[in-house]
Amino acid sequence: MTEITASAPATFTRPAQARRDIGIKKRYRAERRFRAYGMAAILTGLFFLFVLLWTVISNGYTAFLQTTITLPIEFSEQVIDPKNERADNPAKLMTANYPLLVRDALIKALNIDPSNRALVKQATDMVSASARTQLRDIVVNNQSVIGTTQNVALLAEGNIDSANKGQIDLNVAEANRKVKDTQLGWMKTLTETGAMTKNFNTGLFTFGASSRPEAAGIGVAAVGSLYMMLIVLVLSLPIGVCASIYLEEFAPKNKLTDLIEVNINNLAAVPSIVYGLLGLAVFINFAGMPRSAALVGGLVLTLMTLPTIIIATRAALKAVPPSIRSAALGLGASKMQTIFHHVLPLAMPGVLTGTIIGLAHALGETAPLLLIGMVAFVVDYPGSPMEPSTALPVQIYMWANEAERAFVERTSGAIMILLVFLVLMNLGAILLRRRFERRW
Amino acid sequence: MNTSLIFLIVLIIGLAAYFVARSRAVTSANGKLSVLHSLPGYHGTYAAIWATLPALVVLGVWLIASPMLIEKTIRAELPETVTSQGSAPTELALGQVISVANGLRLLSDDELATVTSGSATLRETLAAKGVPMASEAATYLLASAQDYNALKDTSQLAMAAVVIILSIAGAVFALRGISAPFRARNRVEQVILGALLLASSIAILTTVGIIGSMLSEAIRFFQSVSPSTFFFGTVWDPRFAAAGSGGSEGQFGLLPLLAGTLYIAFVAMLFAVPVGLFAAIYMAEYARPSVRSIAKPLLEILAGIPTIVYGFFALITVGPFLRDVSAQLNGLVTGNYVNFIQAQSVLTAGIVMGIMLIPFVSSLSDDIITQVPRSLRDGSLGLGATRSETIKKVVLPAALPGIVGALLLTASRAVGETMIVVLAAGVAARMQLNPFEAMTTVTVKIVNQLTGDLEFNSPQTLVAFALGITLFAITLCLNIYALYIVRKYREQYE
Repeated sequence: MTEITASAPATFTRPAQARRDIGIKKRYRAERRFRAYGMAAILTGLFFLFVLLWTVISNGYTAFLQTTITLPIEFSEQVIDPKNERADNPAKLMTANYPLLVRDALIKALNIDPSNRALVKQATDMVSASARTQLRDIVVNNQSVIGTTQNVALLAEGNIDSANKGQIDLNVAEANRKVKDTQLGWMKTLTETGAMTKNFNTGLFTFGASSRPEAAGIGVAAVGSLYMMLIVLVLSLPIGVCASIYLEEFAPKNKLTDLIEVNINNLAAVPSIVYGLLGLAVFINFAGMPRSAALVGGLVLTLMTLPTIIIATRAALKAVPPSIRSAALGLGASKMQTIFHHVLPLAMPGVLTGTIIGLAHALGETAPLLLIGMVAFVVDYPGSPMEPSTALPVQIYMWANEAERAFVERTSGAIMILLVFLVLMNLGAILLRRRFERRW
Repeated sequence: MNTSLIFLIVLIIGLAAYFVARSRAVTSANGKLSVLHSLPGYHGTYAAIWATLPALVVLGVWLIASPMLIEKTIRAELPETVTSQGSAPTELALGQVISVANGLRLLSDDELATVTSGSATLRETLAAKGVPMASEAATYLLASAQDYNALKDTSQLAMAAVVIILSIAGAVFALRGISAPFRARNRVEQVILGALLLASSIAILTTVGIIGSMLSEAIRFFQSVSPSTFFFGTVWDPRFAAAGSGGSEGQFGLLPLLAGTLYIAFVAMLFAVPVGLFAAIYMAEYARPSVRSIAKPLLEILAGIPTIVYGFFALITVGPFLRDVSAQLNGLVTGNYVNFIQAQSVLTAGIVMGIMLIPFVSSLSDDIITQVPRSLRDGSLGLGATRSETIKKVVLPAALPGIVGALLLTASRAVGETMIVVLAAGVAARMQLNPFEAMTTVTVKIVNQLTGDLEFNSPQTLVAFALGITLFAITLCLNIYALYIVRKYREQYE
């Protein structure tokens, strides 16, 4: 035994041969390289996502603050209503010289020589021209303020707002700068006295379109978007569900069904701008609907969203197991009852998820709306879907074309709001799926 | 009686028919519900459908047809002096008649009497009511307007009568047919099936609408510009469509736009395909489930961001960045700090569009790669190949047709993308090969030609539809071919 064990290793100890080089090291290196490429690709994608979001947020978070100048405004009767006609002719109050009130208040607050016109002009330039309507509304709504002095928070002009947020490069020569040195000095004194403050920018959420950044907001556009989303939801959900039920459950397998099938898949990939052309030609030119109306926008977006919803609904219907159908049919339900009482309710989470994703897509869509005239300068809230309105992404597009620094900030702010809506909708879809999705 | 009131009345009749039919079905069964063929609710629905559906269809048809008929009558009434001038003045006169007719509705009886007797001018009276008129009314206008209003009143009254009678008749007819063995469920389900069929035909109607509307407008365009100069023209210079100028001659060459579109899409694909494909391979073959479950949704966020945001990103960040970098590079090499990349350029638009396309490429290819059967991989790994060799030599060749399909779908999206190129590519239509200069695309020009004040008869606006149908044709071919490949591929491994 011992002999055998002693001799056994001898058979294995062949003279050490040079190992055949099969390039294993090289191949492993290639493997690692390939893997690194994959990782790099994912990191590239994530890097761009990060840069995109960072650009928007770093440019946009300041949009949620707005500089205001609180001045004691003397609503003097001599300026507003010198001839005391307001009892007979209330329209006089609409046309009174309100900017003069602001001028006087500024002269008093900043100790300016009223005869130095250039200086006075620089001072009044610090306050937004929207002060006129702001003061007018105060007076028209409550005539008893006439003759009294009230503290009114006026919006600062866009460039002053930017300077107050530190966004204007002060190293640039004064002549090339939007904000002059005297104005900077005044800003300092106003800040020290507490007159100039940065507050939460409620105007961004309530105002409509304006050529002055400080008076521009997304309120009106958001209402237009809301109308369109309601129209899309009300039309595309029932039509989409009905169409998918027919195609999935009833349609005979023939050429026509195949055609519809190919058609829907193709419609899902048609460029959105083509839907805009369709809306312009059919709804506006042919059917004579009003241009710029949320109704037309809603119809166009409905047609655009339908394929998405149909595809999602069909997948959800397909996922309901045949045993459910067999059981219902076996108990004497008709095919229609089986589908509407059993299959559709079980498929509903999937349907709603698809619908929300389709709606989120429609909410961010811009191109078709440009063609049906929703690139409109809409100042007032639309009272109905038939009135001219604009949409959130279109408002972003219009602001993106403005040059002023304050508009860049507002564009980014509006994008942040839009993205928040999209994130909420997508989160809703994910939660819905997690909560109700069944694995059979 | 206005239309919404009629609508409401029909609905009320329908609701009443529902409850009456329901209780009738119950009584006809003498309290033994099992005798009924259909549940009472189906009998009710059957009656409600008979009460509402025919009436509402007639209402809809009437609402569409009656204005056309009335306008036709009024148009025939217009004096010879107007109609002989051609179609545009006739339509103008018709519009005037209608606005005057609407204005007359605002007047009280006394005011109307003074206007008809001629003692007050129509223009001033209407202006006081907030209805402006461009010029003093022609003599025929008042008579025509009154005729218009009378016809409209008669039509409305007749419509109300017909619709309501039809609704009641339908309800009565349905109620008479109700008995225990009546197969109400089958009838109701037939109607529902019809509705389902109607809904699914909307998809077809959309396509027909797209093709029909664009084709008809494009044909109007080709009547003033010949198709050969459009499709083979190398100069795009449409001029402005000043209202009433009747379309001063412009040049509508498609080629520079098409060149820009394809060039930008090419740059975008050049950027998106390697990144997207490698990301998909890593995610499908290497990544641990935990990494995959984080990285995949994060990448898909990129697909959910609206394209206008990408456009803004290009305008604010990428464009200026490329411009400044090129100026610095140029300065380091030649000492002359002048940028050679424009802020709006093919490169800017291409890169940003590429970023947008990454998730499309990656998630489509990911699906396709994971569909390749496990056995192919196991065979290759079992023979001693490394994972990357397996991927390169086995998985990718097997997935190739599907990936090509996915890339074609992505390319179709790149060709049809609008907002990024509107903000990042520029508006200069020229044919050149330098990616650092601005070029423009088909979609940009569609937007440019159709925003602002429009006159729909000029080639300047109609050209947008010719561009649109070109775009639709290109993407249609890409989509159908891609969908065909993907479908075929899927069948191969199922």
